[in-house]
Formats: sequence, structure tokens, C-alpha cells
Amino acid sequence: MKMVTIRIDDKNVQVEEGTTLLKAAKSIGVDIPTLCYNDKLEPYGACRFCMVEIEKNKRKKLVASCCYPAEDGLIVRTKTESIDRIRRTLAELLLAVSPSGKHVEIAKQYGVYTSRFKTVDNPEAPCNLCGLCVRYCREIKKKNAVCFVGRGVKRSISLVPGASDSCASCRECLSVCDAGKIVYLIDMLQDVSCPALRPSVK
Amino acid sequence: MPRFNSLEEFQKYRENLSKKKDPKQICISVCSGTGCRAYASEKVVEALRQEITKEKLDKVVELKTIGCPGFCEKGTIVVVYPYGICYVQVKPSDASDIVKQTIIERKIIDRLLYTDPKTNKKIVYESDMPFYKHQRRILMANNSKIDPKNIDDYISVGGYTALVKALFKMKPDEILNEIKKSNLRGRGGGGFPAGRKWETTKNAPGEPKYVIVNCDEGDPGAFMDRALMEGNPHSVIEGLIIGGYTIGAHEGFIYIRQEYPLAVENTEWAIKQCEEYGLLGKNILGSGFDFTVKVHRGAGAFVSGESSALMSAIEGKVGEPRPKYIHTAVNGLWNKPSCLNNVETWANIPFIVNNGAQWFTSIGTANSPGTKIFSLVGKVNNTGLIEVPMGVTLREIIYDIGGGLPNGKRFKAVQTGGPSGGCIPEKYLDLPVDFDELYNVGSMMGSGGMIVMDEDTCMVDVARYFVDFLTEESCGKCVPCREGLRQMSRILNDITNGRALPEDLDLLKELSEVVQMSALCALGQSAPNPVLSTIKYFYDEYEAHLRGECPAKVCKGLISYVIDPDKCKSCGLCAKNCPVNAITGGKKTVYRIDNSKCIKCGNCLDACKFNAVSKVTGRNMVEVTPSKR
Repeated sequence: MKMVTIRIDDKNVQVEEGTTLLKAAKSIGVDIPTLCYNDKLEPYGACRFCMVEIEKNKRKKLVASCCYPAEDGLIVRTKTESIDRIRRTLAELLLAVSPSGKHVEIAKQYGVYTSRFKTVDNPEAPCNLCGLCVRYCREIKKKNAVCFVGRGVKRSISLVPGASDSCASCRECLSVCDAGKIVYLIDMLQDVSCPALRPSVK
Repeated sequence: MPRFNSLEEFQKYRENLSKKKDPKQICISVCSGTGCRAYASEKVVEALRQEITKEKLDKVVELKTIGCPGFCEKGTIVVVYPYGICYVQVKPSDASDIVKQTIIERKIIDRLLYTDPKTNKKIVYESDMPFYKHQRRILMANNSKIDPKNIDDYISVGGYTALVKALFKMKPDEILNEIKKSNLRGRGGGGFPAGRKWETTKNAPGEPKYVIVNCDEGDPGAFMDRALMEGNPHSVIEGLIIGGYTIGAHEGFIYIRQEYPLAVENTEWAIKQCEEYGLLGKNILGSGFDFTVKVHRGAGAFVSGESSALMSAIEGKVGEPRPKYIHTAVNGLWNKPSCLNNVETWANIPFIVNNGAQWFTSIGTANSPGTKIFSLVGKVNNTGLIEVPMGVTLREIIYDIGGGLPNGKRFKAVQTGGPSGGCIPEKYLDLPVDFDELYNVGSMMGSGGMIVMDEDTCMVDVARYFVDFLTEESCGKCVPCREGLRQMSRILNDITNGRALPEDLDLLKELSEVVQMSALCALGQSAPNPVLSTIKYFYDEYEAHLRGECPAKVCKGLISYVIDPDKCKSCGLCAKNCPVNAITGGKKTVYRIDNSKCIKCGNCLDACKFNAVSKVTGRNMVEVTPSKR
């Protein structure tokens, strides 16, 4: 495999071509916040906390570091004013829908304790729809028992009737969930005889 | 049905078709696009057919259903050939007159002609109408000549000559060079050079390769792809086969949104005919090239128009975008190199192959050659589909082709590029329309929607409308789009309801910029455009709303209806038309509106014959209606 040299926050680092910028940064101890990333799973690029600035041929661009592949000569900056602004705003957006979860820690790192946005009545809280459980079940367990339903602000996670028969005994996805929503769904599953889609949450 | 195993057989067939064609043949062609069908054009066809049979003219008169010619405002459109007489707003009851007077007596029916609103003159021929006169119709030209369900019609107007030229006279590299030289830019919105995309897919490792047509046109008020796919599906298929041959793909997909049943029907029909003729399938016309096409019906998600989401949808997964730092041209459908272009881009290909890149670049501007189809809608006299060379000004489009704004209203803005485009103010009316110019003023070409707005439009309300639309259509995968749009929608709704504080406007602007920078796909990144462009050009309207005033008197939370006691004649019509009994009064007393009951429907204003009812906003409001209802 070809090795390439990239520059992250003024430090040169040699990695295999195609390594994601996030992995390259971690290898030299540069911390980039993430919510939907797990190194066992395929990168998903949904939480956008891991955005960094890249410079190539003197052109700057913001990209999700969990997905962007390293190429020779790339300059990467993980802390800029724009990036801080993005991370702070994303943290505020998530605080408005859920007062607990991993985003609260990221928010603190960026000095965000309250949100300027109005609190949203969110039946999905504390789930932040990172999709780790969905992807764990699909990619590692190959069961496809957890899925997303709905679109946009109506998006939520759900257990798939039939496919979720072994959920109660498996429970492996709980290990990747930071929010605890999936525990609730699986516990509900044991309570009801019919594996109902999305039991209503109160 | 013939199947052509060689080029000679096909050429002979085409010659026979043109020999059989009588230039004096009387033909009544009726638009049967979706727009005219909504005006019951099918009933017009049926009435004409009965009338022709009644007059025993079946052998003399040909009756043809054609694709959309564009002037949807005046549907149903009927053209009588070979004279070229154009009748507008034809009803089934007019069928007998058309057959008796125009066909038998050779008389023109005055009442069915188009009247030019500027000169008040009746216009007989399509080519003389201002709506058509200022256009340059290349892609849409054949829509009014052919029956989309009849492949022979397409062949007889020169259809599939470009395919023949490509397969038998050109090497794939030559075609690619021609497309690159033509600088054809993607008509779906991005404006990425099609030739470069083709080259990337062609050179990308991995087999098989795919070519895909994007007909997931979801912008409110836009329907150019529908018109092409319904009215001339063969032109798109021909372009796609040429693309497949050039790139080295043997399989193509046409992704059509579920809401376009006629486009699906006509395209499937066209594919079947091509297969029967040997223009699709194994060994096309004996050239040794194999190519098949499948139609994939979308399931109603706006976001599926995004290339990676569309490909996920064809794979049978949920149509959600994925990060594409490796382009879909390299790693697309089933992780294979896939070249996706919009309907209009593909439809340009046969013309470029036939006429050459030089011809193509002679049309339009240097950086955006060719023509572009726009759907001109909103507050404009002539709504419909128009095809113009790139570089014409907004003023020419809106005033010369569109005939200006109705009721003498003043122009305020034009929104280009669909829901995530921007609103362009009056000072840019002389802007030449092409990819780069629109981008420079904070809007975009998009797929070609153009919504004209007049002085009665509230720009804050427009931004609110589009953000609400996009909030509905966001797939919800990434945080900035899902949560960001939700909050943008909340703030905009607060502003239009008079509940916002000055700092909310700053927050809206900051949030818009963050969403633009950080969203995963183009839908999210461009979603703040309507907000940012209206803040940029119509900031005074936002400020007015913060003061509790809606200058255009549109936002219900900021207006109230009042009755002028001096003008009220106590007729009671307003009260009769009020759905919530908010208006009281009697024979000798002046009527008045109870603002705590009023739902601001405006029925009273429409009903009053004495102009006694008016809308007021801001300080003049009688009582502020409680916002929670």
C-alpha cells in the first residue's frame, strides 16, 4: 500500500493512502470530536462534529474527517474559527432536542452549556439518531433488526418486526449506544407480545 | 414490428417513412402533456375523433396526440397542420367547429386564436406568438411534432441518426472529445461539465459500468424534465445509449419519480419499441454494441434527486445521501463507476453528436453554452415551459416571453433554482442567465425553476415557505440539515407571526451559514439559500416584521381586516361570506369585524363591492389577534 504524507495542524504524518483523516489525526494524538463514529463500523458522516478544513492546490474546503481519505500533500486543520462555530452550533442544536447524551460532553468542551435555540418537544430523546445501533446490527451482526423509520424531524429508530426476535437475547447494540434509547426499545419488546413498531414513548 | 439487424435495414425503413410522409397531410395535433390533460385534453381528442368519424374524414385527417409544447397557461393547445393554425384553450365543445370550419371550410376560428394582451391582436400561427417568438427551441422543438408513443414519428424527424453516427462513424473517444469540447454542463443543477464526468466514469476501474438518467424532478413548480420525458422520451434514450457506448456501459437506468405516471408510461412504451426495433438489446443495428435500459420508479422523496441518494434508491435501499469524497462517477451504483446526468443533459447529446461541438458552443455564453429549459411560473402572464439560449437576461424572460406581470403589479423578485435557490431582486433584472452569473448573486441555476413574485409577495413568508418545504423533505440523516432546518423553520415562523426578537434574526443568519457549511449533501448545503438571499436583498422586510409589520400584508399574524365605516353600505355580504361569524352589523348599522374571532381568510375583502374592507398591518392593526388559536 502506498504511503502518503499529510500535514495535520502543522504536524506531518505518514499514513497509508486512503486512511481517513480522522484516523490519521488520532494516530498523532489530535482529538476530533465525533458522535456517529465507531472504528468497528463503516464511516457514516452524519453528525458533522468531525468536520475539518482541508487545503489542496491552495483551495480550502470543509469536509467530514471520518470519511475523507488521505492523499499526498494534503493540509488539514482541525481547529479554525469556522470549525469551532460549526461544532458549537451543532452542540446547541442537539441540546435543544435532548438534554443528555454524548453531545453534552462535546458541548462542554466548546464552552456551550445552554442552547440559544428553543427546546423541542422530542419523543425520541435521548436518542440523537447517530445510527450506531442500526449500523452495528447491519454490519457486524448482519441481522438488520434495527432500522430508521420516518424522514427528517420525524426520523426515529425502531426494531423490525420478525427480524428482532433475537434482540432480547443479543443486546449487543447496547454497547455502542451512548444514549440508552435502544435499551428502552428492546425492553419494550419483551413486554409486548406483538413486536409493535415504535411503541409510544412517554 | 420490424427488427433491424443491420444499419442498411434501418436506413431503408427511415427512407420509406419519409417517402410515405405527405407534406400536405392534414393533421390535428393535440397536446397531451400532463398540463393539458388537467384541462381535459383527452376529452378534446375524443370529441375530435368522433367529429372526424361523423364527417367521414378518417382517411383524410390524421389526429395526433403530442407532447407538451410549453404554453401551459393556454391549454388545451391544438395545432392544425399543414397550415400551422394554433388554437388555444380548446374545449371538447369546440371539436365540431374545428372539424367543420377549419378542416372542411378552411376557415380560421377567431375565438380560439391567441390574443396578444399587449396589442389585442389575434395571432394565427404559433411562431408569431410572443411567447414562442423569443425562444430558441432545440430540445423541445420535436415535442410538438411527434406522438411520444410512436417511435416512427421520432425516426421520421431524424431520430436515432445521432446514434447511427455514433455507433458506425465515431469511436467512443471521438464522441467523448466532442462532448468535452462542447462544454455541456449538467442541467440538473450543479452545472458540472458532462464530458469530464463521462471521462471519469470511462477511465474508472471496475466493471460493469452504469449510465443513469435523473428524472426525479421534485422542485415545486418545475416540470421541464417531465415535459421531455413525457413528450419525447426517445431523445433521452438516444442520448443515454450514446453515453453507454462512449463510456463502455451496457446497462442504463432511468429514475423517474412516482408522481410522473405519464412519463413512466411513455418511457416504458418507448423502451419497448426500441427493443422491438433492435435499437436496444443485443447487437444494436448489427454494430456489436449491447445496451439495455430499465425504468426505476422513485418512491416520492425529494432528496432522491441527489446522486448518491438516487443510486441507493435504485439499489433498493432507503434513498439517503452518502458522503461522496469519492465521486459516484467512480464509486456509484453497487459501488461501480456510474455516470448520472439529468434528463435535459442526456437530451442534448444527440444534437451535439449530430451537429458537432462547434455548433453547440455557438449557442449561449462562453462558460454556459447551449440552451436551457426553464419553467416560468408565479406572477407572470404567460406561464409555461420556455427554452432559451443561455445568457438571455431575466428581463427578456419575464417581460418578452412571459409577457410581464398580471394586473399591472410591480415586480419584486424572481426565485431561480427551485426551493433551495435564491431570490433575485429587481436591480439584477438585466443579469444574463447562466450558471455562474446566478451563483454570483446568491442563487443558482438548479434544474431551471423560475418563480416570479410581485409586490404582493412577502419575502419573509417566501423564505418560510421554502424552508418548511425543505424541512419536510430533509431525509434527517445529518444533524445540521435535520435539526438546523427545524430551528430555521421555527425562527421564520416566529418572525412571520410577530413573535420574534431582534436577536432571533442574527441567530437565523448564523445558523443558515453553519448549515450551508456543514450539511452532508447538496440539499442541506443549499437549503439556507432562500433565507440568506432574502436577508441580503430584503433585509428591510425582516426588520419590518420584527416591528410587527408585514409590508406586503401577507403574514396572517401581522395583519388585521378592517371595515371603513364611511364606505360600508351595510349590505351584509361580508358577514354572509365570513366562515367564522366574526362580522356583525345590521341594516342600518355599519358592519364591524371581531378580530378575536377573525381567521384572516380574506373572504370579506373579496366579497365587498364597495372597497370598504381593507387589510392593515403594524401600528394600524386594530387588535393583535392572540397567536395561539
